[in-house]
Amino acid sequence: MKSKLHRNNTMLPVVTINHLSKNFGAIKAVDDLSFSVNSGDIYGFLGQNGAGKSTTIRMMLTLIEPSGGDIEIFGLKLKSHRKEILRQVGAVIERPDLYKYLTAYENISLFSKMSGINIPKKKIMEQLEQVGIAERAHSKVATYSLGMKQRLGIAIALVNDPQLVILDEPTNGLDPQGIADIRNLILELSRHQKRTILVSSHLLSEIELIANRMLIIDNGKKIIEGNVSDLFDPSNMIVELRTMNTSHTLNVIHASSWKNNLEKQQQDVFFFKMDKKEIPVFTNQLVQNGVEVLSVQPRHSLEDYFLSLTSANQHVETFTN
Amino acid sequence: MWKLLQIELFKIFKRPRTYISFAAIAAMILIIQLGLEFDGKSYLQLFMSGISDSFFVPYDLILNGYLVAFVILNTLLIHVPLLVALVAGDAVAGEANMGTLRLLITKPVSRTEFMIAKYLASVVYTVMLLIWMALLALFLSMLFFGTNDMLIARNDVMEQISRNDVLWRYIAAFGYAAVALSTVSALAFLLSVFADNAIGPIVSTISIVIVLTILSEMKIPLYDNTVKPYLFTSHMLAWKGFFYSKSNGEGQAISGSIENLPAILRSLGILLTYIVLLVTTAIAVFRKKDVLS
Repeated sequence: MKSKLHRNNTMLPVVTINHLSKNFGAIKAVDDLSFSVNSGDIYGFLGQNGAGKSTTIRMMLTLIEPSGGDIEIFGLKLKSHRKEILRQVGAVIERPDLYKYLTAYENISLFSKMSGINIPKKKIMEQLEQVGIAERAHSKVATYSLGMKQRLGIAIALVNDPQLVILDEPTNGLDPQGIADIRNLILELSRHQKRTILVSSHLLSEIELIANRMLIIDNGKKIIEGNVSDLFDPSNMIVELRTMNTSHTLNVIHASSWKNNLEKQQQDVFFFKMDKKEIPVFTNQLVQNGVEVLSVQPRHSLEDYFLSLTSANQHVETFTN
Repeated sequence: MWKLLQIELFKIFKRPRTYISFAAIAAMILIIQLGLEFDGKSYLQLFMSGISDSFFVPYDLILNGYLVAFVILNTLLIHVPLLVALVAGDAVAGEANMGTLRLLITKPVSRTEFMIAKYLASVVYTVMLLIWMALLALFLSMLFFGTNDMLIARNDVMEQISRNDVLWRYIAAFGYAAVALSTVSALAFLLSVFADNAIGPIVSTISIVIVLTILSEMKIPLYDNTVKPYLFTSHMLAWKGFFYSKSNGEGQAISGSIENLPAILRSLGILLTYIVLLVTTAIAVFRKKDVLS
């Protein structure tokens, strides 16, 4: 059956989700969701908490039965080829919950046997080496930090040498160093091991740093999908300007061509729309005209849009049409 | 399937709390053995006061390893279901509580295989518990108290079983007890599917066993032929039937005989039917279950 599965054929869809939905009683957790993940992608799956990311991932991993729609992975229907597909998938779902009374080595060995593989000791140690916890291989998982558990979870996900790796909020609860480590590990898996990775997060900045394609969902529905480079278009930045002398700043702006870029003024904060390349010129001109600049903060319009979704109660200016 | 069973057994026997049951059984058996060693005669006199008034009773010969084992089994086999529920009730709910269930289900193993392996593992645990009990209750008692003919008090009559006719009865009784306890295990296993925390199924199983045992023991004619024959708790103590022999014309027990084997087999059949129904239901429910833990 393995021969049926295509491996590393660039641009072939590894995952195809068609009109997927899941209802929990009257609640629509996932609503007519369609998207595809291509071979070699690091696919960012973004949404606020409760948006439907984990439910979608759980359906992709057969933990939850869909209410409608279908899922194809490696060109095979998940419903009828569950075992063949799962042999080639590795996953970390939300928290890295493992057997705390077993060691890391025992956990990996146990889950590899569950995957139908009897991997030798050397390979287990290599997996632990790859995620940087080899020296604690024989310590009980109960003594591990969250970051170490997360890395062990990833090692377990990789134990069957999967083509597709699904990571659900892999940086949740980690400190900045832990987040950076996981990010580097994901990039390593993609660039050097050529695995297809679907990674979910509620942090746009995380997805921006690692993904080449992304999808934003909200209330179980697709909001936007595309290439990260297109969605984070540098010619469409929002620049937030704060100065010491607001009225003088306003005069300078109105006397220049920058007035065409001004989108909004909110008390002493000005919002401009411009290309990323224009920001140094813009700042220079303000300073040369006697404006005392406190800060110039560029943001993507997508970032503002996403913030508006994730921080419904916070006051966020949205510039996305 | 064998590999899955090995994995499940590895998990069960790697957990320190698994051994609480073994320690509890050892403690209870040793306490009973110590009590009978030092004050066994008083214990026997409670049951034989009527006879001892008219006959000489050789208490030292009666209080042998076989009788001690019988006393222990009578006392313990009512309580062991509670210990069995600890593991079977934890089988699925414990994994859900730890969060490991979602990782297990993403592995290329069918849910049916997964559940069968889990139930078989709890049966193996139950059998191990009984073997442990047999080693301590029977063989240790035989070592400490020696062996002789075995006296069984039954309906105000004392029945004597020849010492050479006892051991196979114990083996059969332990075999039957394994099926009886596996029924409790199946109940706890089924309840485990509905919960995300092991406490619920464990407490529920114990409660159900207690309620049904009370119902089985109650002498209310209305229930005698309607409800009681179908309760699994009514059949859990049928292992005692292996110690009831047929008697000859002189009232002596016939060696190698069982008084009512069909009744024991009927009880065994009812327990096995319960096991099949409970485990099948557990598998059917789990196959459709959304894993949200």
